[in-house]
Amino acid sequence: MRRGISIRWLPLLTVLAMLGPVVAGLLGTIAPAFGYLPAANMTERTVAPFVDLFRWGGFPHAVMLSVTTGFLATSLSLLITVLIIAGWHGTRAFNLIRRLLSPLLSVPHAASAFGIAFLITPSGWVARAFSPWLTGWERPPDVLIVQDHWGLAMVVGLVAKEVPFLLLMSLAALGQVNAKSSATIAAALGYGRVTGWLKTVFPRVYAQIRLPVYVVLAYSMSTVDVAIVLGPNTPPTLSVQIVKWMSDPDLAMRLEAAAAALVQLLLVIGALIWWRGGEIVVGILGAKWVMRGTRSFGDNALRVVGLGAGVLVCTGVLLGLVSLGVWSVAGLWSYPDVLPDSLSARSWSRHWGNIFDTGITTLLIAVCATFIAVLLTLGCLEAEYRFDFTMSERGVFLLYLPLMVPQTAFLPGLQTLMLSAGLKSGFVPVVLAHLVFVLPYVFLSLSDPFRAWDVRFGTIAAALGRSANGVFWRVRLPMLLAPVLTAVAVGFAASVGQYLPTLLVGGGRLSTLTTEAVALAAGGDRRAIGVYGLAQTVAAILPFAAALLLPQIIWRNRRGLSDA
Amino acid sequence: MNHELHLDNIRISKDGRELIAIDQTVAAGEVLSVMGPSGAGKSTLLNYIIGTLPSDFKATGAVLLNGADLCALPSNQRQVGILFQDDLLFPHMSVGQNLAFGLSADIRGADRPARIDQALTEIGLEGFADRDPETLSGGQKARVALMRMLLSEPRVLLLDEAFSRLDTERRDQIRTLVFDTARARQLPVIMVTHDQADADAAGGPVFYLTD
Repeated sequence: MRRGISIRWLPLLTVLAMLGPVVAGLLGTIAPAFGYLPAANMTERTVAPFVDLFRWGGFPHAVMLSVTTGFLATSLSLLITVLIIAGWHGTRAFNLIRRLLSPLLSVPHAASAFGIAFLITPSGWVARAFSPWLTGWERPPDVLIVQDHWGLAMVVGLVAKEVPFLLLMSLAALGQVNAKSSATIAAALGYGRVTGWLKTVFPRVYAQIRLPVYVVLAYSMSTVDVAIVLGPNTPPTLSVQIVKWMSDPDLAMRLEAAAAALVQLLLVIGALIWWRGGEIVVGILGAKWVMRGTRSFGDNALRVVGLGAGVLVCTGVLLGLVSLGVWSVAGLWSYPDVLPDSLSARSWSRHWGNIFDTGITTLLIAVCATFIAVLLTLGCLEAEYRFDFTMSERGVFLLYLPLMVPQTAFLPGLQTLMLSAGLKSGFVPVVLAHLVFVLPYVFLSLSDPFRAWDVRFGTIAAALGRSANGVFWRVRLPMLLAPVLTAVAVGFAASVGQYLPTLLVGGGRLSTLTTEAVALAAGGDRRAIGVYGLAQTVAAILPFAAALLLPQIIWRNRRGLSDA
Repeated sequence: MNHELHLDNIRISKDGRELIAIDQTVAAGEVLSVMGPSGAGKSTLLNYIIGTLPSDFKATGAVLLNGADLCALPSNQRQVGILFQDDLLFPHMSVGQNLAFGLSADIRGADRPARIDQALTEIGLEGFADRDPETLSGGQKARVALMRMLLSEPRVLLLDEAFSRLDTERRDQIRTLVFDTARARQLPVIMVTHDQADADAAGGPVFYLTD
């Protein structure tokens, strides 16, 4: 490190790359929210944008939806996650679910939302499976299931995606809390499986997954793509309305959007504080429950519920994807047939040109964002190792911060700021915006295996005369090939799934598979949705397959690495 | 060349508590055994000598090799070889590649594979160059690890509980091999161990660390 740039500064650079756009975006939201938008010749300071916002007829319902869907989706996701682990950790059923986790996680939110919509609409697979022999329906019943007024379909869509996320985070935490021996001891003292787990392991696991839970809460309150597909649209959720105002040709509407963005931010902050309060209450109640010594609490029923919910989540997402696939090749498909009358490649050939173009854009953005993210992450972790930095609790918090600030709170501001500064929207800003979300996931995925590497290998290599760089390139990186590739896949999937950063920071001029898919939601062309949803999923999942396969091939003659 | 190692009034402390205070000379070919209960900082001393002491430790004193202070050099220029209780063969390299990794870069061209083949013969593993280290037995791995270190031509040898993972029969065998080699090459050796049998076999001076 005597030549070139020292990696000592990489942690700082990484924090800047991650939080710079968030902070800039939030600052860029404040001025227009109070009427200041020079780009539209508005320089008066006023609270009129807020007044307009409060006068908007959909406002109360939009606020309520944000809160109810957020709390409902987060509580349900956490509950299901806990029941699955408490009841089934260490069993064969659990290992099956565990193996499905990574692919489930990498399915973009929009694709899984479309898939679920295809299952549960009155004309969807579930209704078809029971019609007409059970329901008597010869045509789809006229009930609003998807895009319902209360946002329940949206909650279903969110839960299906957040359970895998929380499960994965909990699994990482389980290793650190010695869960197995606690469970054994609890069982020896006569506790039921679920009760014992809840009392002995859960408090420690929750302490580790608290920040991911906050991420789920913030996301569920402010998601745009899932809300466009599954959420109500008259009126829509607050976040969707922000995006609508932002894309209004009348620049003055951006003031109202900025005001709404600030409200969305405050809602999320308020909800996080409420949730924290709830944690304390649950903690107190839990401590009392421990003191009472209750040995079981409907343990068997809870196990069944947990397994049922887990299976429902997995099959929901997977069957949804299958139904996307079937629709994408469906010819004529009349109700209530379970399968299409004929298959046809027409939808694919009709959209192929655009799929190819937007696919290339998707790929380029994902490759650039992931490459930068992996480089910065490796640099940070290596700097931590070489200079004996330790990552404080605050550092971990910074990592989660960009995921906890609602996208709709800072991306509109970022766009407005770029507009005011005369910056062109386009490829580079979009990559940097994606980086904000890709970096945390890449870092979280890579940091554990990187730190778990036995540093004595480094000592040996140095004792054999290798420089720090030699140790890194010739020993550490090759040994960590598999986790590095997994981190690449995680980053790639995170980028492919991004909707709002591409839309807002790209100024509508960059189309990816995800923006195209979400744009189809309003039209209801199921064959087109099937095509784009599937293409999006394939783009996100293929890197995972490569990450699994490549180390097996490269290290096929090295048992110490290919068995892992 | 005969190397003499002098641990010149080394004191290592953490959080204001002194863990180690040692002033000792190790002659070429001699083994200094450092013994003490676990947690007494035996490995910390080795970390200091090799240059990998974590920054929350404070250390003073010099590690003099033939009068020159090793602490002035980065780890990779100290030419201090170390063996741990695990073989730590690089799992992504073949046996031959592991040895080549240790072999001095001054040996070039066709001499390198020849030297590696010769080294394998010396440790009774002729023809093992292309093998995956994971397919070797414990004793074979230990011998490769020793040879990998010797090929880097160290001037000092450190042993960090190096024999504790081996079963009794192999332990004697590997221990004899290491000590004989050190004597033949006139290397000063510092061995950290909790096993009195190791110290007895070494036959050199013993330094006891206390809590």
